[in-house]
Amino acid sequence: MTATPAVPVNAADGPNRQSSWLRRNRIKVAPWLFLAPALIFFFVYVIVPIIRSISISFYKWDGLYQADGTSNAEWVGLQNYINLFSDDRFYTALYNNVLWLVLFMLAVPIGLGIALFLNQTVTGMRFYKSMFFFPFVISQVVVGLIYGWFYNPDFGVVGSLWKLAFCEEVVNIVGNLRTVCSVDPPAVLESEDYATFAIIVAGLWPQIAYCMILYLTGLNNVSPDQIEAGRLDNAKGWRMLWYVIIPQLRPATFIAVVVTVIGALRSFDMIAIMTRGGPGDGSTTVLAYYMYEVSIGEYGGRFGYGSAIATVLFLIMLVYISYFLFRMYQDEKGQ
Amino acid sequence: MIRTIIKTSASLGAAALMATTAFAGDLVINFDDPNPGPKAGFEAAVEAFKKAHPDVNVTVNINDREAHKTAIRNFLSAEAPDVTSWYPGNRMAPFVNAGLFEDISDMWASDPNLSTSFEAIKPTMTMNGKQWGVPYSYYQWGIYYRKDIFDKLGLSEPKTWDELLSACGKMKEAGVTPFTIGTKFLWTAAGVFDYLNLRTNGYEVHNDLTAGKIKYTDDKIRATFAKWEEMLDKCSFVNNHATMSWQDAIAPFANGDAAMYVMGNFAVDGFKNAGLTADQIDYFPFPEITKDLPRAEEAPADAFFIPSRAKNKEDARKFLAFIARPEIQSEWNKTIGQLPPNSKAEVGDDKFIQEGFQTVSTAAGLAQFYDRDAPAEMAKAGMEGFQQFMTDPSKLEEILTKLDEVQAKVYQ
Repeated sequence: MTATPAVPVNAADGPNRQSSWLRRNRIKVAPWLFLAPALIFFFVYVIVPIIRSISISFYKWDGLYQADGTSNAEWVGLQNYINLFSDDRFYTALYNNVLWLVLFMLAVPIGLGIALFLNQTVTGMRFYKSMFFFPFVISQVVVGLIYGWFYNPDFGVVGSLWKLAFCEEVVNIVGNLRTVCSVDPPAVLESEDYATFAIIVAGLWPQIAYCMILYLTGLNNVSPDQIEAGRLDNAKGWRMLWYVIIPQLRPATFIAVVVTVIGALRSFDMIAIMTRGGPGDGSTTVLAYYMYEVSIGEYGGRFGYGSAIATVLFLIMLVYISYFLFRMYQDEKGQ
Repeated sequence: MIRTIIKTSASLGAAALMATTAFAGDLVINFDDPNPGPKAGFEAAVEAFKKAHPDVNVTVNINDREAHKTAIRNFLSAEAPDVTSWYPGNRMAPFVNAGLFEDISDMWASDPNLSTSFEAIKPTMTMNGKQWGVPYSYYQWGIYYRKDIFDKLGLSEPKTWDELLSACGKMKEAGVTPFTIGTKFLWTAAGVFDYLNLRTNGYEVHNDLTAGKIKYTDDKIRATFAKWEEMLDKCSFVNNHATMSWQDAIAPFANGDAAMYVMGNFAVDGFKNAGLTADQIDYFPFPEITKDLPRAEEAPADAFFIPSRAKNKEDARKFLAFIARPEIQSEWNKTIGQLPPNSKAEVGDDKFIQEGFQTVSTAAGLAQFYDRDAPAEMAKAGMEGFQQFMTDPSKLEEILTKLDEVQAKVYQ
């Protein structure tokens, strides 16, 4: 209150030297003050855990402290990493992660396709759009459950359709109905070869919805004059899409790719719900799930090893994050 | 009206007084089963304890079972309760070895009840020559079957392996799948493996295997797997078992498509909820395989432990001694339909409990369970191997070699 007129008058002989320093440097200080809350949280919840996790990866630790508070951890150097490279399941997880990354990218073109299809003015379009967007709103866990039932060979959609074709109902020994099939229905989640693909398909469902909504907003910003100009130059169909529309959707494409990569790398919930990393020798495990299973899962308690997996996953993400930051930096510079 | 107000305010005042004066008597207990039956049994025992020790102010935290398994790792070394439920066998090993559980051997030696009535289960509670907890309940495993189906086919409870195989043959002829199972959560397959191993090789081999003293490629274990292959072939299991939980696997059993289920006694509740009556289901112990081998059984126990960081160990000991009493154990286990570890306690008159008691009390040895006897990492790999074997027995060689590798790493 009193400060407004007092600034120039009392600057020299002010009672508070600090405030004068602050005043002199406020242009420099202000951004840091605004950044401080975010920086503190970023440091405490992101940087510190990363450092802790990397340091734990050099120990053999069951996650417990002794009664007097000393940790049970035992320094083993690079042993966890050495074990990792001779661990078959680590390679399975890595391979599945790559599979997720590659196949998850399908969400981008499919999302674009649905967005183009929905980008028209028909009565009730908003309703259809929101129905298409619906799977993204529900929790991944619920999607996992729904697909788990969908694939179920006994009572799921897949099983029921199969039964129409190959099965008949017979009365069993106690008088209840029982289905007998000439060819057994496919149990995709039980098959080591197909389970991962089945989960990726389930994961694509909400991811496509997400990409679709990104493209729908992108399509709103496509400039009509350019389309008009394209028309005059006799562009239609694929050529119109490829040379006129898609270049204008570049920002949306970029975001769609980013969120899809993130979605693929954190594919944890559905695996946990649908197969728990199984069947067989961890055939659907990805790095994130393996890390959980080894450290805090029911038969886990190997925090050092889990941290080593986490570190590898972090390094993989780092490649991608660096590229992302580089792109951002380039864009900023270009403006 | 006024009277009740006076009454409540008086009791409130008394409670406030108690809370301040009896501060030293705060007892915090963590329990891990919020299902209606187990919760009622536990709460009744706590009420009885409160009556017997009015000076102790008991606080109870009841947590979900899976959440408890994760939380215990934190609360034992941070804000420890005075008493917590946990499992004996190898499951308590990490906490015992980290010094997070209180050694209560003195109680086992001096308490007249604990020292005399728990002989059978004492080895289970013992590690490094000391006792670490007090069991309040255990239950039998065995084969639960559809009595109505057996009656229709003129079958009786098989006593030997050959009788079991021929019974399976008759069931298959009649279009009934002999066994149901759901192996999505793996441990059900370990139950089958444990029994085949206990019946083929006996209790010692089970212990040696879970202690890492014999290999999975050993001829004895191969013999167990050979029996399992025979079982898969002649007594087939339901299809798609790897996608089902043990609860899902009740469906074919309840529908009459499958006639038997290798399970623990807790499943009876599930059978009844699926619409089966007590007359339709019955129990028999897993049949003999190797002739005249002393019969050992699976009988996992649930117990209470005192964390070494507990604040009120004195009352915690009182609580453990209290729940060991025969009358408390009788009442508790009648409520939850399980067996009291105290040999002087009364066994409920439910037929499954009676038969289970017969089976377990005459057994030559009690195994906990594969995943409680073997260390966690070994148990996980082993059970995955079992599931894999059940879906594709031709992978046996690959599985056994893999398990040997894990074993070499775990027990080094």
